[in-house]
Amino acid sequence: MKRVRKLGYLFKEGVRNMITHGFMSFAAICVTVACLVIIGSFSSILYNLSNMVHTLERQNQVTAYVIYGYDEQTAKTVETAIRKLDNVEEANFESGAVAGRRFIDQQGGGEAYEGIDEDTFAHRIIITLKDNSKMAETKALLEQIHGVDHVNAREELADGFMTIQKVLNIASAAIILILLIVSLFMISNTIKLAMYDRRDEIGIMKMVGATNRFIRFPYVIEGFLIGIIAATLAFFIDWGIYNLIANQIQNVDALKLFEIVSFKDRLLLPMVATFGFAGLFVGVFGSVMSIRKFLDV
Amino acid sequence: MIDFKNVTMVYDAGNRALDKISLHIDDGEFVFLVGPSGSGKSTIIRLLTAEIEPTSGSIAVNGYQLEKIKKRQIPYMRRTVGVIFQDFRLIENKTVFDNVAFSMRVVGASNSQIKQRVPYVLDLVGLENRGRRYPNEISGGEQQRVAIARALVNNPAMIIADEPTGNLDPVRSYEIMMLLERINALGTTVMVVTHERELVNRFTKRVIAIDEGHIINDGMDGYYINEES
Repeated sequence: MKRVRKLGYLFKEGVRNMITHGFMSFAAICVTVACLVIIGSFSSILYNLSNMVHTLERQNQVTAYVIYGYDEQTAKTVETAIRKLDNVEEANFESGAVAGRRFIDQQGGGEAYEGIDEDTFAHRIIITLKDNSKMAETKALLEQIHGVDHVNAREELADGFMTIQKVLNIASAAIILILLIVSLFMISNTIKLAMYDRRDEIGIMKMVGATNRFIRFPYVIEGFLIGIIAATLAFFIDWGIYNLIANQIQNVDALKLFEIVSFKDRLLLPMVATFGFAGLFVGVFGSVMSIRKFLDV
Repeated sequence: MIDFKNVTMVYDAGNRALDKISLHIDDGEFVFLVGPSGSGKSTIIRLLTAEIEPTSGSIAVNGYQLEKIKKRQIPYMRRTVGVIFQDFRLIENKTVFDNVAFSMRVVGASNSQIKQRVPYVLDLVGLENRGRRYPNEISGGEQQRVAIARALVNNPAMIIADEPTGNLDPVRSYEIMMLLERINALGTTVMVVTHERELVNRFTKRVIAIDEGHIINDGMDGYYINEES
């Protein structure tokens, strides 16, 4: 009962602290919001770039050619066998006739292509892989399937995409880490300034026999509230900026090439989780770290 | 109870503030600790509140051995000692009532205990009508009374007053001393650190004089003996 009463009092003190030290709380919230917005914006850009690379990667399909002379019925059994492979996400049968017409269309048609027999082209299966990094292994497996004549896979292109993706991942991790460290440093300094402002108060608390936990708890609550408020504000600001930029890009014909991920459908939950965690971590951890040296009285 | 045995305090810079001093103050005593600036008075207070550790020797305060006290025990030791400072050290954004109640919150007192005890203590120090005021709305003498009430509210075994009248005029100073004497009469040990000779001489109490880190006089005659006398 005594503990609950004490917790209730300390919680109220945390809220009161935040209100009475309004300017410093405001400064801490502003700095946290600024840092989170920068991190959030950068993450969104990287996520979109990564998504574009992934889309391009998926267009790098593998073609398995069925042995020339197989009829359509037999060729489709090859498709069934291909679908059973682990790394195959999608496998679509394309008859020799369809492939022939597509080829002629691509060449622009004309007299030179007249009279080409429908049987000139072999039936084929067009395959999308789940993981393009395993393209070589999958190609080898495809070649072992009975009825497959040969396989056309552009491994060098897959490798290129893999490299871009890796570079993007490493760059994202490094930049986000640097931004997070810079943010923590800035926020910790702001909170330290707030603590410095209150060092006399902390000294008085120590002198009347307050334990470190008793002194620290309201500051942790304050940090928690600052973190939550800052994360909420940063989230909505980021959402607004994102949608504004996405709309601008969609409205410019030259930029329509870029497929922008929908914030509501794809980024909402990860952003809520990231901002919530980052806000709380920075607020609480920043408070605890900053108050440490003032407790040593 | 305070017991210093051969206490030496040398600061990091090499300044020897106290040199093998020994003194004993019993429960219920009223003692003046006097001496000029830089004599070692403040060091004694800092040692008594466990702000610093002695270089050598032993210090006992209300049953705690301070030279070997664990950090987590210090807050509990401090609760047995009420400290009053020259500059009052009140929390500006709390009312008089809340400043005093704060000491009780620290020890986990209930609201009903606080509502019962704080008015009693404010009445004792003559501030029964000032509870809702903020520190900057009352006079210096009244602020010092608030500090005394705060020091007193948890019923500590001892009160240490560090130059409690340093910021007050002679009339207010005398009133504060009378108040401390009354508190002592109720059974609380009181140690007043000061360099105001006239004020000390108006009360017939034990006077411990310190200079350059040594006790130069410890007498019951109630007089502040220094180089001027």
